[in-house]
This record gives sequence, C-alpha cells and structure tokens, in this order.
Amino acid sequence: MGRITLDKVSKSFGDVQVIPPLDLTIDDGEFTVFVGPSGCGKSTLLRLIAGLEDVSSGQIRIDKQDATHVPPAKRGLAMVFQSYALYPHMSVRKNIAFPMKMAKVPVEEQNRRIEAAATALNLTDYLDRRPGQLSGGQRQRVAIGRAIVREPSAFLFDEPLSNLDAALRVGMRLEISELHERLETTMIYVTHDQVEAMTMADKIVVLQAGVIEQVGSPLELYHTPRNKFVAGFIGSPKMNFIEGEEASKHGAHTIGIRPEHIEVSGEAGTWSGVVSVSEHLGSDTFFHVHGTGLAETITVRAGGEVGFRHGDRIFMTPRADVIHKFDAEGLRIT
Amino acid sequence: MATQHSQPADRLTMAPPAPKPASQPAAADHQSGTKHARTAARLMMAPAVILLLGWMLVPLTMTLYFSFKKFLPLRGGDLGWVGFDNYVRFVSSSAFWPSVQATLVIVGGVLAITVVLGVLLAILLNQPMWGRGVVRILVIAPFFVMPTVSALVWKNMFMDPVNGLLAHVWRAFGAEPLVWLTEASTQSIILIVSWQWLPFAMLILLTAIQSLDSEQLEAAEMDGAPPVKRFAYITLPHLSRAITVVVLIQTIFLLSIFAEIFVTTQGAFGTKTLTYLIFQRVLESQNIGLGSAGGVYAIILANIVAIFLMRIVGKNLDA
Repeated sequence: MGRITLDKVSKSFGDVQVIPPLDLTIDDGEFTVFVGPSGCGKSTLLRLIAGLEDVSSGQIRIDKQDATHVPPAKRGLAMVFQSYALYPHMSVRKNIAFPMKMAKVPVEEQNRRIEAAATALNLTDYLDRRPGQLSGGQRQRVAIGRAIVREPSAFLFDEPLSNLDAALRVGMRLEISELHERLETTMIYVTHDQVEAMTMADKIVVLQAGVIEQVGSPLELYHTPRNKFVAGFIGSPKMNFIEGEEASKHGAHTIGIRPEHIEVSGEAGTWSGVVSVSEHLGSDTFFHVHGTGLAETITVRAGGEVGFRHGDRIFMTPRADVIHKFDAEGLRIT
Repeated sequence: MATQHSQPADRLTMAPPAPKPASQPAAADHQSGTKHARTAARLMMAPAVILLLGWMLVPLTMTLYFSFKKFLPLRGGDLGWVGFDNYVRFVSSSAFWPSVQATLVIVGGVLAITVVLGVLLAILLNQPMWGRGVVRILVIAPFFVMPTVSALVWKNMFMDPVNGLLAHVWRAFGAEPLVWLTEASTQSIILIVSWQWLPFAMLILLTAIQSLDSEQLEAAEMDGAPPVKRFAYITLPHLSRAITVVVLIQTIFLLSIFAEIFVTTQGAFGTKTLTYLIFQRVLESQNIGLGSAGGVYAIILANIVAIFLMRIVGKNLDA
C-alpha cells in the first residue's frame, strides 16, 4: 500500500543536472531515511516523489501505478515541511481539518479523525489555538497531525526536526519512530543528521551530489561502508583515515578505523601520539591525538574514567578485525 | 509580539513574573542614557518638532478661528463672530448630502477597483515571466504622473468625444462615441483616479505576496487544494492586513482628491465631493467662514480614518 519505485529518475535545473538518473525502491511500511551533506539533492529527490518538482526523465511508480505526471494531491502522499508550513490564520483544528475539507470528507468523520490525531499527538488542549501561539514542538506535532488525518499511503518528512532544540529533537525523534511502529505506513525522511538516520531508519540511502552512494540498514552501513564517503559520513565521531606506509602494510591505499575501535593505553601500543584535546562526556571520553605520524589528527574513544590530559603521550592499538580498507578510488576492498 | 506570545505560557505555568521588576530600572536607565545625553537629544530634535508643529498648528488654528466668523472678503470682510452658525449652514445646505454621497461613491469605487485589480496584478507580476522587471516599472509609472497632468491626459487624449482614443474605439465598432465627462461623469473620475492609485495598491500587495512562505502554498497543494482554493484559503488571508492598510491609506488620500475634478468636470454632473464643495464655498462663493466650517468637518472625518490606520499599521509593526 505504499511501495514507491524510482526508475532512472533524473532532475535538471536548466543546464545543471542535480540528480543523475537513479533507481531506488522503497518497500511498503519501510522507514527510509535520505541522508547526505547539504546540497546533495536529498530534498529535491523528496520533492520529486511528492510531485512538487517535475522529473526531467524517468518514471516514479507508487504501488505499481505510474505517478510521474500525477499532481501532488492525487498521489496519496502527505508531507511534513521543514518550516512546518502551518496556515497561520487558521486554528490548530482547522489546520488539521484542511486536507479533509479539500477532500470533502463528511464533517462527523473529520471530527472523529481530528480527535483521534489530537489525542495521539497530545494536542487536545491546543485545538483552538493559532499556530503562532504554539511552541516549536507543538507546531511540529500539528504538522504531523495534518499529515496523519489524510491517511496517506506514505509520509514524506523534509528535515522536520532541524528547527527544534537538541532536547526536543531527541523527544520528537522517538515520537516519530513510535508513530511509524503504530501506523506501519511507509515513511521517507530527509535529514543531514546521521544520528537521526542511524536511530530511526529501517533503510538508509546515503546521497552525495545527487548520486546514491549506498543503500542499506543502519548497521550494514556502519559495518561495511561501500566507500570512503559513506564510511566518513556514518558514525560519530568520524572514522579516522590513514594513508601512506601504514595503509600499505594492510595492502590498501587508505585504511579507516573508527574511534571506538582503538584501544588506549598509557604504556604501550601500536601507535603513539600526544593528546591535544580531550572531551569528557561522562560515559565516554574522546581524545584528539596529534603527532602520530599517521594523519593530522586521530580521534579515539575511551571509557569515561580514563583521564589523560592535554600534552600527555598515549599509545593506541587498533582492533585488527575492524580495519576498513579502501583503494585509490576510495572504494572498499574486501 | 514577544509579550503577546509569552502571555499564554505565563498563564499556563502560573509562573510569578519575578525577574521583571528587578530588571526594569536597569533597562530604563540604559534606554534613556545620561541626563546630559537626553538634553542634547531634545535640543537636536527641537528644530524639526517646532517646524512640524508650526506647519500643522498655524493653519489648523486659523481654520478654527475663521469657522466661527462671518468672513466675506468681497462683501464687507470680517463681519464678526457668529458662533456655530457656519457649521449649521454648511450641513443644512442642499449641496451637502449630495456631496457626501459623491465622495462615498468615488472613494468606494476607486477602493474596490484598486484592491481587486491590485491583488490580481500583484499575483500576475509575482509570476516568473520574461521581462518582469520592465513590466513592473511600467505598471508603477502612473503613480509618478501628477494628478493634474493625468486628468488632462485622460480628458483630452482618451475621453474627448471627437478626438479621444476611446471615441475612435467606439466608432471602430460602429457605436456612437460616449461623452464621458457628461454622460458618465462619476465613472470617468473613478476611472482616472483608479488608474493613478492602482500602482500604489499593487506595490503594497506585491510586497505582501512576496512575503508569503512558499512552503505554505506547497503544503496546501499537497493537501489537495486546487489553485483557486489555494488563493482563497492561503493567499487572500495572508493579504488581509496589507489590504486593510491599502484601504485606509487610500481613503485618507482619496477623501481629498481635487485636481482630477477641477480639471475635468469642475464639480458638475454629480461629481461635487466634500473637498470640492469646501473649495467652492471659499473661492467661488467667497465665504471663508462657511468653507472653514466644512474644513473642520473634513479634518474630523480624516482623523477618524487615521485612528484606525494608526492602530492597524501599529499592529503590523509589532508582528
């Protein structure tokens, strides 16, 4: 009921091709996240699926029906915008009712769905307020409510959490995940935040410059990134990349090792360097190490109680089984 | 804006407004600065304030002064105080109510035309199209033409029953040319004034349309609203405040239109507005007292509109 297929879809603005032809299938009920740096074309791709932009070539199919030239309203998709795009002159109730009013849903049915959505989203007390009187998180919920009542075959989210503060973002992330568990509807979610992608997705699509770099489950991307870009983008803090002599020892042009896969010691280890900055998070400590002769900075993770300071010499041992090897083009060597 | 928003939240949490009294004196100090700076500021503003006050107060006082006098420059000059006699006579003259009606019809007609066409033109000029910049300048151009000039151009080049452009159009269709300023005098004046004020309305409405968040329109499109409903439910409510501002500002200026009538009909054929009536009382009847009384009525009327305008524009600036 919400299987979306992109078949050689491309998009050009004038002479500039922002999305070269790409293929992608999003299965029914799947939570798919498009992730990538700003300007990688992820929002454009979402707008192509929504129908807010016309594709330059290729075909979009929704539930096996060709939807390439179907107007947005007829595609059965609901979208939550980055700015929420609530109608400022209407009350919350009227905002949520608007899509049903346009679809000429009977009034009793409208009220039933509004009550249900308001209860699910904790908006019951705010139904008669204007969007201007709500907080950021509440506006976000109204936008989601407006999407839910349409009972769409898929939800599209365009960076919905980027206007919220950090604490609220974590809360809303959970709420959206729970919503997906409950509704079991296809969701496509665009973000530049890899933490959101890792925590929410069933399937992550990593994009760069309009090209799909890799598609897979969060752990697949974490454990077996297909190339250097994905390896560096997924995981926090970033993977360390080491080139040159140390890499050729492993028979690769570049090797990558995640900060959490390096053992730290004060006495002995494979590599050594001087701590430049240590970040104490309580549960973990991150050391930024200089002067290793391997790369400019090596980031390593240690337990919260490890207390090296600026200027201390430390020794590091990478776990041999999780060293990622890449060739000169940046592709993974297996 | 900020205070409006925090109010409901305060009520919800029942939080005592504790930090405010403590921080207020400091804030007040900061705003006003030292005593020396305040004196200097007042001194520097004084010339402008005195000039503006004088500019406004002298004519106002003179109008009030003359409105209570019988003053006929060519028939005896100052004939002494008459109390409210002029006010009563101005209102009870047979020309008064028709002039009020003519004023309302002309102001209302121009407002309706400029707002409706202004909204449509603003939407049109907001569309990306070839040569939009040039078209915008052309549309704004009528606003730069002096009222007297534009009225003369309309009267002689367009509405003239023999040589006018419109007469040629009428004849091209085999119809008898309309003698615009006699047969459709009020409509002609409304047409001329609308032509002048349409750019103003369009300009304000265009800036309002440009401030509309495009994601709102896209959301409405996704929600299944066709273009006409998007206009009715999203664009028009967004423009409501701009439309109010256009209506009020135009009303103030339209109440005092004069050149267009003076150049074309000279107040004949039912185009004698309140402003024109006052002009006739003072200059044609040479009755300064009666005209001044009419002027005071006009001041009161304009101020009623101005109060509404100030409140709405003030709200606009807050938001």
